[in-house]
Parts: sequence; C-alpha cells; structure tokens
Amino acid sequence: MSQTHAAKTGIQRQINLPWRQALHMSRNSVLIRLGRSVITASGIFLGSAFLASVLTSSAVLRGQPGGLEADQAARQIWLVVLSLLVATVGIVNAMLMAVTERYKEIGTMKCLGALDVLVVRLFLLESAMLGTLGAVVGTMLGFGAIALVYLIRFGSSAFTDMGVAVAFGKDAHSGAPLWLALLVTVALGGVLSVVAALYPAWRAAKMPPAAALRVEI
Amino acid sequence: MSATDVKEYIVRTKDLTKEFYLGGTVLRALDGIELDIRRGEYISIMGPSGSGKSTLFNMIGGLDKPTGGTVFIDEVDMAQLDAFELAWLRCRKIGYIFQTFNLIPVMTALENITLPMVFAGVPTDDGIQRGVQLLEKVGLGDRIHHKPSELSGGQQQRVAIARALANDPGIILADEPTGNLDLKTGKEIITILKQMNEEHGVTIISATHDLKMLDVSDRVVWIRDGKIERISSREDLQMRVGEVEGEEAG
Repeated sequence: MSQTHAAKTGIQRQINLPWRQALHMSRNSVLIRLGRSVITASGIFLGSAFLASVLTSSAVLRGQPGGLEADQAARQIWLVVLSLLVATVGIVNAMLMAVTERYKEIGTMKCLGALDVLVVRLFLLESAMLGTLGAVVGTMLGFGAIALVYLIRFGSSAFTDMGVAVAFGKDAHSGAPLWLALLVTVALGGVLSVVAALYPAWRAAKMPPAAALRVEI
Repeated sequence: MSATDVKEYIVRTKDLTKEFYLGGTVLRALDGIELDIRRGEYISIMGPSGSGKSTLFNMIGGLDKPTGGTVFIDEVDMAQLDAFELAWLRCRKIGYIFQTFNLIPVMTALENITLPMVFAGVPTDDGIQRGVQLLEKVGLGDRIHHKPSELSGGQQQRVAIARALANDPGIILADEPTGNLDLKTGKEIITILKQMNEEHGVTIISATHDLKMLDVSDRVVWIRDGKIERISSREDLQMRVGEVEGEEAG
C-alpha cells in the first residue's frame, strides 16, 4: 500500500505527452490518413473559398462606376450572410464527423493511460493543422478565382476602384476593406475547425472509456 | 490486516452492482459481485453473452463506474481516485486486451506498443527498445513496422498483448481475447497469455466463453444474470475437462 501511495504522489508529472511528441503524432495522424484528411480539409477549404469569393465579388462590384443600387447592395449583404452560414455549417460538419468517427480511438488511448487533456491536445493540433491549411488555401483560391473573372471582365480598373467588402450602412463605402474581410475569413475557418473538433473530442475524452469504446459509427 | 494479507489480493470487489437504463427500464448487469483475486492468478470469468462478464471487466479495469459497491486494486478503493490517479492506474497497473483488438489504425505495431510508454514518460529510445523486445517475445519480430490493417487477427491480438505488457503492469484484463479468432489462433493467444502469467507473474483476468481457457485457468468464475453462480478451482476443472474430453471421445 505504501508503495502505491508513494507512486501516486508524483502522478501529475508522470502521465505526460510533451507538445513536441504530440505535434509529431498529430502530423503523422494527418498524413497517414491522407485521403480522409483531404476530404475534411476540403470541407473547410470549400467553405472558406465560397465566403472569400462572395466578399471579393461584393468589393469589386461596389467599386464600379455608379456603385451598387440600393437593392443590389441589400442582395450583396444577404449573399455575404448566407455564405457565412454555409461556410460555418460546412466546416463544423466536416470536423464533427472527422472526430466522431474516432471515438473508439479516444477510448483506447484512455485505456492506455492518456489524460483527458492529452487527448484534447492531440485533436487541437490536428484540427489546427487541417483548419489553417484549408482556410488559407480556400481563401486564397476563392479570392483568386473571382479576381480573375473580374480582371477579364473589367480590366485592371476592377481592383484600382475597388469598394469596401462588407457594408451594412447606407453609404456603400462604409465597412471593412477587402483584405481585412479576407483575413477574418481565414481566421474564421481556422477557429471554427478547432472549436468544431474540440467539442466532440472533449466530450469523448470525458466519457468513461467503456462508453467511448462502445460507440459505433 | 497483516502485511501478507494486503499483498495477497490484487483485486477485490465488494457488493459490486451496475445498472443500466434502457428505454425507461432498469437493467441490472451486475448484482452484488464479491470476488477476491490473488496476485499472480490466472482467472477466467465465464458466462453466456449478456451475463455481465464484460461489465465486470469494465468495472475492474476502471473503464466504467459502478452503480454501487467497491472495487479495490491493491487495496486502493478505485472510487476514491481522481482523474490523474485513474489514468496512472490504467497506464501502469493494468494492461487491457479486447475482443476487437482496438489497436490505433494509423500507427505501426511498434508505435502502438510505445504509446502507453510515451504516456508513462519513458524516454523514446528505451521505449522503442522495449517495444521491439516485446514484439519479438510474442513472435512478431519481423512485423514491427506493419500497420494493424496489414496484420491478421491473431497477429493484431499479439500486438495488443505486447501493448498491454508495455508498462509492466500487475494485471492484464482481457475481454473475450479469443472471440474474433479461429480455434488454432485462439489457442496460440491463450498459450502466450499463460506464458506471460508464468514468466512475469502478471495476474490475468479474462472474460470469456471460450472453453479452451479452462485448461490454463487457476480458477474459473461462472457468472449468470449478473451474479456469481460458482467458482471452480483448478482441481475441479481438471475433472471437468476430463469429463468433457471423455464425452467427446465417446
């Protein structure tokens, strides 16, 4: 008994997974199931690309001579809000699925002695990698594709006369500049991915391992 | 209680009860289980499916919380442990083997075995060295870099046994370890478990309905409807096995 007690005193230091090792494991996990990772990242990619393209399109149209009619402006706002919702649902769904199908893995890790926080840490790193990659590439390509379309249509004036992206006031030129809106798109993609992965990972980690192992997908 | 008594029992359960709520009705999976398991014993928990043996496995392993009663591991009441202590227990004191193997699919055999050592803070090189040794011991020295999907069921279960032994636990808990294996492979797995039991003195507690387990068990706990029906010792068993073989021959 004394031996058990002595061993118990240093437990907080004994069960550990250093960040470096966690990073290594997460990277391997992403790379080894590359096909599945690409599908998950595609969900994030498409959401971010859609939002970025709508924002870019809105900014370019706003800058055209005469600007936008009142009803057109209202439609642009509606489009931005809609694309925001589509992006959010797409990203959250992609990450939720990716983690939920791995409940059994989480249960197994807990049987091997992982603390809840270590499991959550692994999924934090994985989702941050996938989320950042998907959001950055998606936003760049979404912006790039629409920019190319307008460059062909309006010439270089499309960008020199560019208006602001998101305008909720009456004045078409009030609101955030495009670069800031795109930056927010990247951040949104990344943050949503991490939050959407952490919630089910945290829930699975909190479960008794027997329950997590029983979950069938 | 004297020091020798404390040492004698590695697992004790007291009036252990577990209830599940299924669609408004209460299902009593375990009903007042009293079981003392000695250090170094090979115990089989036998019973038909649905008898509660897997539930008992989960309770002893700290994988689920009982509704009532107590499980003592080395005389420590498991209900009193906090999350850190419970993780430590699962990491160092107990090795788990499952019917479905439960290896991490993206990791190689060696990585699966070193994972519990990573959690235990074993230096990477030492972990790899020990992992290779364990794989050689279970006869998979030439398969260390294979993924679970590249291994047969029997080979996966050997990896699982090696993983269960990684941190040199006092107890190995096995839930239907031969359930997904054919007769011959099942026998091999049982032989390996018995070998670990004899060589390392590790206590083996196996929930099973595989009669092949009878040969190697020190005691067999028969469970029915969440209660212990009877406990047979090795002597009783040898008689029974003799009878069964006699019947088969006749």
